[in-house]
Amino acid sequence: MHELSIASRVVELAAEHCRAAAARRVVAVRLRIGRLACVHEQALRFSFDLAREGTPLDTAVLHVVEVPVTVWCPTCAAERTLPGIQHFACPICGTPTGDIRAGKEIDLDSLELEAEETATS
Amino acid sequence: MIEPRILEVRTKILKKNDALAREMRRDFQAAGVLVVNMVSSPGTGKTAFLKETLTRLLDRGETVAAIVGDLETDNDARRLAESGAPVRQIMTHGLCHLEADMVQRHLEGWSLSDLRYLFIENVGNLVCPTSWDLGESVRLALLSVTEGEDKPLKYPGLFNTCDVAALTKLDLAAACDFDRATARATIEAVRPGIRIIETSAKTGAGLDEWLDFLRARRTTLMHRSPPGQRDGDIGRHGGIVRKERPIDDDAVTPGRHPHPVE
Repeated sequence: MHELSIASRVVELAAEHCRAAAARRVVAVRLRIGRLACVHEQALRFSFDLAREGTPLDTAVLHVVEVPVTVWCPTCAAERTLPGIQHFACPICGTPTGDIRAGKEIDLDSLELEAEETATS
Repeated sequence: MIEPRILEVRTKILKKNDALAREMRRDFQAAGVLVVNMVSSPGTGKTAFLKETLTRLLDRGETVAAIVGDLETDNDARRLAESGAPVRQIMTHGLCHLEADMVQRHLEGWSLSDLRYLFIENVGNLVCPTSWDLGESVRLALLSVTEGEDKPLKYPGLFNTCDVAALTKLDLAAACDFDRATARATIEAVRPGIRIIETSAKTGAGLDEWLDFLRARRTTLMHRSPPGQRDGDIGRHGGIVRKERPIDDDAVTPGRHPHPVE
């Protein structure tokens, strides 16, 4: 359950940004998780619910965008997206490649913040 | 009406760990110590393999130390200490992986410049250690002949981050109908070009090849300059950035594996 470690850091980071922006609460959190990151989405959501209690993320919606693995194929001289994560070879020409261009992300992409009530109605 | 607004953050969630690990890697390199992070399932034989490694390096006149992580007990540290090397145990009390700050705390009091090799035996787990950089220069995956040749296909994420793989318990290969070619092919499928060393801690097979690999890696490390400015400085796990949307980690180079396979 390393997802709890990850969720705790998401909450920490988002709360810091929320404070820095003088916002009242976090409405939504968007993460980008690569397929090679070994992060299980359901475990992450479960952990997120535990980690956010009593924070400005209390009612935040969690969006998780899964990033497929992209490799560089030296034969095609092009980036290729792999259909899975068990065979690191160009899906077009079959050349083995370990030159990974995307798919390991564990990133906090964006936050949706609700401003303090200084806004006019 | 309060308008929600979108804040583009684009930050690595594990950036604190990544930053500390980079700093540690620079310190290790400056001190001339090669650090190896050992990952495998529970029961692969990490401790037996490491004990033999420590004993043989000491016999060769090298200076070595080890840190070992387990959920509970210091049994492994006591086993490893029989080699004569300084050893410290990290008890994680439930945590399924080691993080850089845990390693840093357990280094206290050791003089890095007196060491040539430091081994970190991670918690036995083929999933959770994947994304935690410990400041190592070499990540070693171990796979025993009793585990099944296709295990790398079941846990591709972790095997993909490794720099070298050791097959262990080769003395049991015949009893397990172990198919070496298939095992090598599955490791290669998830990590093309990786060096694979076939070993037995019991008979000593393959251990000289492993020690020679370590020595060559240490020599390469010592000739990198300035410390920490090249491979070791690249965000290792998740260190992938799409050019059009840079993440706030300035040390990342797109698409490069931090520790090139020899």
